[in-house]
Order: sequence, then C-alpha cells, then structure tokens
Amino acid sequence: MSDLIRLENVTCSYGGEPVLSHVDLTVHAGAFVGVVGPSGSGKSTLLKAITGSVKPVAGRILRPGGPVTVGYVPQVETVNWYFPVTVLEVVLMAATGRRLPWPSIAERRLAHDTLERLGLDAYASRHIRELSGGQQQRVFIARALFARPQLLLLDEPTSGVDVHTRHDVMHLLHDLHHDGLAILLTTHDLNGVAAHLPELVCLNREVVATGAPGDVLRPDVLERTYGAPMEVLSHGGMPVVVESVPPDELHGKPGHHEHSA
Amino acid sequence: MSTLLEPLELAFFRNGMIVATLAGALCAMVGVYVVLRGMSYIGHGLSHAIFGGAVISFVAKVNFTIGAAAWGFLSALAINRVARRRSIGADAAIGVITTASFAIGIAIISRASSLRRNFDAALFGNVLGVGPGDIVVVAAVLTVATAMVFVLYRPLLFITFDPEVAEASGVRTGAVDAMFSLVLAATIVATMNVLGVLLIAAALVIPPVVARMLTNSFRRMLWLSIAIGAAGGLIGMYLSYFVDMASGPAIVIVESAAFVVVYALSGMRGGRILPAGAVD
Repeated sequence: MSDLIRLENVTCSYGGEPVLSHVDLTVHAGAFVGVVGPSGSGKSTLLKAITGSVKPVAGRILRPGGPVTVGYVPQVETVNWYFPVTVLEVVLMAATGRRLPWPSIAERRLAHDTLERLGLDAYASRHIRELSGGQQQRVFIARALFARPQLLLLDEPTSGVDVHTRHDVMHLLHDLHHDGLAILLTTHDLNGVAAHLPELVCLNREVVATGAPGDVLRPDVLERTYGAPMEVLSHGGMPVVVESVPPDELHGKPGHHEHSA
Repeated sequence: MSTLLEPLELAFFRNGMIVATLAGALCAMVGVYVVLRGMSYIGHGLSHAIFGGAVISFVAKVNFTIGAAAWGFLSALAINRVARRRSIGADAAIGVITTASFAIGIAIISRASSLRRNFDAALFGNVLGVGPGDIVVVAAVLTVATAMVFVLYRPLLFITFDPEVAEASGVRTGAVDAMFSLVLAATIVATMNVLGVLLIAAALVIPPVVARMLTNSFRRMLWLSIAIGAAGGLIGMYLSYFVDMASGPAIVIVESAAFVVVYALSGMRGGRILPAGAVD
C-alpha cells in the first residue's frame, strides 16, 4: 500500500511548550486510523499539521506519492448553528475554485450527488439547525467529500452525540473506507469508536504506541498515554477499556489491576 | 405625492438623501459580515479609533480621508493580531486599541479648542452638509465593497462561517481578512461625516440583524440587509425633514423601528417571519 502522508520527527508548538513532539507517523492509502489520547495531547494539532494550517517548528511532513487532496471535518461543537446557511450552501463552501458568487451547474450537480450519496439530498434547502445530530455531522462530511479527497480527517466525529448517531456516523465512515477512502479520526471514545477501528495511534504529545486495537489497548500503554491506570477486559474478542478509577485509588491507595484478557 | 417631492427641490436635501441611502446600503452590506463574525462591537470601536486617526491627520495636515482610513486599517489589523492571543480575546483587543485611539483624538482636541467645531460633524454626523465630493467618496467605497463581496463572496462566506476549515481548504484567510479590514475601515471613514462616529455602529449592526430574523439563507440575508439599510437612509432623511430632527439619529430611529417590528412579528411566529420553504 502506498504512503499518502508521512510525518518525520514533527514538532508543533503555539509559541510555548511543544504540543506535538518528535512525531513519526505514516498514513497509507486506504488506511482507517483512530488517534486516541487525553485532552491536550495534540490530537487536533496533528490533524491541523496534516492540513497545513499549523506549521511544524521541526521535522517535516512528506507526501511521497505527490500532492494529496485532504478533506477536513471539524468538531461540530465549534459550529455556529444559528449562522444563516442551508445544507446545500454548506456543501458548496468547499467549491473554492470559482470566482463568481453563484455555483456553476456542475458544482451544484456535484453537491447534490454528494448529498445524495450521504442520504441528505432531500434536506438540501433546509437550514443546518433543522437537522438531527447525525444528519448535521453528515453535512460536514459531505462538505469534506465535495473535493473528492484521498484522505478524510475528522476531529472527534462522535463527540457529544448519542449512541444511535455514533453508530450512524461510524457506519458511514466504514462505507467510505470500504470505497477506498483513507480516514484518520481523533476520538475520546475508546470502546464505542477506537476499539472498532483497524489501526490506532496512542498520542500524548508524542506517539506512545501504534497498532491494532488488541495490541495497543493494554493497561501499560493506556497508562502511559493517559497518565492514569486503566483496566482492559475482553468481550467477544474485543478489548473493553474500563476507565473508572477504583474507589481505593480515589482515596490514595493505588493498586494494580491487570485483568486484561 | 407633492409633499414627498417637496424636499427634493432643495439641493442640500437631494445630496443628503443620495448619500444617506448609499451610506445605509454600504454599512448594511459590510455589516452582514461584521455581525456574523460576532464582531458587532468592532463597528463601534473602529469608528472611535478612526476618529483619533482623523484628528491626528488634521493636525499633521495629512489628507483626512487617507489618514483616517490608514489609521482605521492599522487599528483593524492590530485588533486581529492582538485578538489571536487567547489570554486577551477579540472583545478586549477591540476595547484596548480603539479606546486608546479615541482618547488620543480627544486629548488633541482638548488642547486646541479651535479643532472642536471641525470634528462635531465627525462625531454626530451632518448629512445636510455633504457636497458632491462626499457622494463620490461614499459611492466609490460602495463600489469597492460591492466588488469585494462579488469577487470574494465564496472565501468570505467560508471564513465567516468556518475560518479553521477554510484555511485547511486552501483559502488565503490572512489576505481575505486584510481586504475585509481595509473595506471596513474605508466604510467607516466614508460614512463618518454622514452618520457620525456615534451612530455608525447602529448602521452596521441593525440592518443585518433585522435581515437575519427574516431569513435562514446567507444570500437572502445579504440582499435584505442592503435593502433595509438603503431604505433606512432614505426614510430617515424624510423623517428628519418633516419632524425637523438631526438626520443621523433619524436614520437609526427608522432602522430601530424596523428591528422592533420584525422582532415582535418573528416572536409571534417562533423566531422567524418567512416560512421554512422560503430559504434558498
């Protein structure tokens, strides 16, 4: 499989302490990678470094096979839902190549096709606030897909959504991956999202571990990633991370609980 | 009908009506982006900052329009720069930079009482004192602003809605923001003598807010805002003539009345007047 993006010894900073430090990471064509780590671990910065909106202060980001078209889906919590835009207008924002204010027939057709693919074309003239949580997330995925990207980046795509919406979004992403799209997403949801992905990256300013969920969702790796002890159980062959801290540890009596299976 | 045509026989009223209509449309168009960026206070602040620049230009014997516009542009860039520091924020950056600039202007005026009369028009507006030159300036800035909105419609909309993704999508956010800051500064300088520093903020904010209550579509909001701003200028001028009141406040009172009416009607219909199907 060819390499789409290769980060070599990348360090990023917003002026103070590095947010990312000496990160080496390769994203292959057709990959489906989840990045996990605590808040402030540099997950969003990693995505911004790949899009080019954050410049590394050290290291380099290579595209070995030539230019890579990247689609970026931000956290929906940052969206102004009262902004006066319809679903179609949001998707057409990605059509940045034309000077005229109004979309061409081809752009309009492509936007409708993209919405149709995601089951949203019936809502094209609706205001974005009039949609359900899952539909709203799909609108922003549609905008990212408009430019026909080779790599789709998603920042916390299931954050703040209910279980049904999470399943909806993950099914969509699996379908897109099945169609050949490379996907890199960040998530806090170790059991609902990360454990179901083929490849994980544990990040805490630096890459702690990479590999399949069964290889990296281990107590020692998670403790190094999150700085807190976690238990890992097995359910139907899938790792299940228990994030709650035992009562005795809350009272200052740390204990070691290695029940990983 | 003859009553409506009566004031048009006066040359100063004709000039004032034309410039008020153009200024209302100009402020309303630029104001759409100001309001949607959550920077409504910048209109208020920047007009004060530009007042300081205007006084300094006058004292330094620099062309008023160029000096004030340059000062306003630099102030807008400084606000953008300072606002990037998370520990300060946009509202505080606007407050610090614009009040400092306004204070400089007031301090200079207070040292020379002869200057005060020259800047009364800038503070409170004097539509009836405008000449053909003022009309040309406002019309020129309106043309430039319209061209900017036309050519940069897509990147401006993208940046206003989602600056982070716009930048990630290859939009040159820095250049577009600089262009917008320049047009905003030019708008305030051009309309300062018409509306006055103290009322420009209202002309920038009220028409877009009224338009927003009427539609959920950005394009429709832009057109509605321009129409409301132009109508506010036109009707406000007639109001000032027939009620015998200052023109700047009359324009703002008309726009504020539109806000009250639309707010009340949209409240009765659950927040928006036009039906859902009315969006583009």
